[in-house]
Amino acid sequence: MSENSTNFIKIPDREPPINSIGWLAWIRHNLFGSTTNTIITVLFFYFFYLYIPPFVDWAILNANISGSDRSVCDANKAGACWTFIKVRLDQLLFGLYFATNPEEIWRPIFVFALFGMLVVPLVIDSTPHKKWLLMILLTIYPVIFIAVVYGGVFGIPVSDTGQWGGLLLTFALAFVGIVLALPLGILLALGRRSEMPIVRALSITYIEFWRGTPLITILFMASVMLPLFFPSGVEFDKVVRAMIGITLFQSAYTAEAVRGGLQAIDKGQNEASMALGMGYWRRTMLIVLPQALKISIPSIVNTFIALFKDTSLVSIIGLLDLLKMSQNASRSLDWNGYDIEGYLFAGFVFWIFCFGMSSYSQKLEQKLDTDRRSE
Amino acid sequence: MTSTTAPKNSIDTDNAPIITIDKLNKWYGKFHVLKDIDLSVNKTEKIVICGPSGSGKSTLIRCINRLEVHQEGSIIVDGTELTDDVKHINEIRSDVGMVFQHFNLFPHLTVLENCTLAPIWVRKKSKIEADEIGMELLTKVRIPDQAHKYPGQLSGGQQQRVAIARALCMQPRVMLFDEPTSALDPEMIKEVLETMIELAESGMTMLVVTHEMGFANKVADRVIFMDEGQIVEQNDPGNFFNNPKSDRTKLFLSQILEH
Repeated sequence: MSENSTNFIKIPDREPPINSIGWLAWIRHNLFGSTTNTIITVLFFYFFYLYIPPFVDWAILNANISGSDRSVCDANKAGACWTFIKVRLDQLLFGLYFATNPEEIWRPIFVFALFGMLVVPLVIDSTPHKKWLLMILLTIYPVIFIAVVYGGVFGIPVSDTGQWGGLLLTFALAFVGIVLALPLGILLALGRRSEMPIVRALSITYIEFWRGTPLITILFMASVMLPLFFPSGVEFDKVVRAMIGITLFQSAYTAEAVRGGLQAIDKGQNEASMALGMGYWRRTMLIVLPQALKISIPSIVNTFIALFKDTSLVSIIGLLDLLKMSQNASRSLDWNGYDIEGYLFAGFVFWIFCFGMSSYSQKLEQKLDTDRRSE
Repeated sequence: MTSTTAPKNSIDTDNAPIITIDKLNKWYGKFHVLKDIDLSVNKTEKIVICGPSGSGKSTLIRCINRLEVHQEGSIIVDGTELTDDVKHINEIRSDVGMVFQHFNLFPHLTVLENCTLAPIWVRKKSKIEADEIGMELLTKVRIPDQAHKYPGQLSGGQQQRVAIARALCMQPRVMLFDEPTSALDPEMIKEVLETMIELAESGMTMLVVTHEMGFANKVADRVIFMDEGQIVEQNDPGNFFNNPKSDRTKLFLSQILEH
């Protein structure tokens, strides 16, 4: 536009002044920009100095990991006793049945390895056929999990679910809770916004009932009351009962997370797809849900992370999840007194899974961000 | 655009109106928005509807594809009466294209996918065929080079042209425009109006709610002025602008033409 104009002269772009870029300017501006900022910076480094080196000393530099009983640790109290975790690792990760039957330990290792093989490619951008991988993870994988871990087929001996424990149990509970609660939650969220009053009322009642009840109560009810609803001959597995309770509870939370996304969709989107002659399910599946789920990824994943950690409440009905197993192991005669190591280990494993979910969700958000995508 | 002549309903004769609205009444709660509206629209006719905000002009055209439900009177589109029957509604909707004030493009789909979604899922066309039609219409609205971008990367004027192409991909027999240029910067209004003028010249039946009086003058066969939910006056553009009959119309015209 400016070429033909006589009274508009474009000023050429210049580089920014040198003192506003570079790492020194960054530090001056961001760490010592104001008095408050400087105080926070100084305090931060002081506390860092106060607590981090001693922790590193204890957890890494002076730590014990050799040997196979507590004598090594007892001789060096200044360091953490990772020997305990090393010796009891099978029990902490796979539970008592597999820890006491070493010839069967390939079974949990196999299902975890398979899980890793399915999930890692899902996270990598360039993987082809991600949809199929995901489908396998959600449909075939649970079948394999049951066949291999529970057994009873192909000559694999049955492992009593009452003896499942550790990370294996935590994983199984969370996996079932997440995979079943998502579709159920989506249906409930749609139901809550339905134009049909009965569907709406049922959805609201369901959501508000389960959301208003503590998970502990639900687990108690699932453990004690569920059998009352079935004829006396029907024996319900304790783990299955916990899974049912968790799924019912979790679906209400997921529904609310999804509803948040549904509400954020402009009604013009629905109108535009109606105007094109699309029916309810096509509008929902092709236009509304893809956008609503994208918006609600952070809050959906938030509920998943909360669920993953909440599975440790099953210890209340006598199931030994990762946390309870660590506690039990550190209270055994062999390792009595090393509970800090047990809790740290359990916390670390929980953190790996939760951080993984969190990172994946952030990645997904960025990938699906078409609205603000620039050239 | 040959789509208007596509044979569909053998009952239609050439001069039968494509839309017949008879004694239409609509309420929002207790508020009476549309009062005894009678209107019939002939094939290839271009009608511009204007009026102050709240006059019911948008509601009227939204009734034609049942984005709004009316309580009394009848609307017959292309020989089918609009009732609660979902199947009829979707049939009529797929034959009546609509362009909105705020474009309402699908932000999670590319421009071309916006155009091909309904042809594939509603018209059951193959993806290849739908892509072909999509590209053809994007070329007609002069943005084929943007086909693989997302709506968020386009200017307002470009987005509205995509919305027009999206509606045309369904090969509609009527096009409804609900204030298509009201949300646009002045510089972009022109490109959208040009696209609409070309569409009108191709013989499409159009109902346009707009305040663009230049467009009305140039394109409309009939201009309708609405106020308080009623049709106050309708006439060909020449008489409408030069010899408005009612005082209300004169006042409205003096207000919008002053600026």
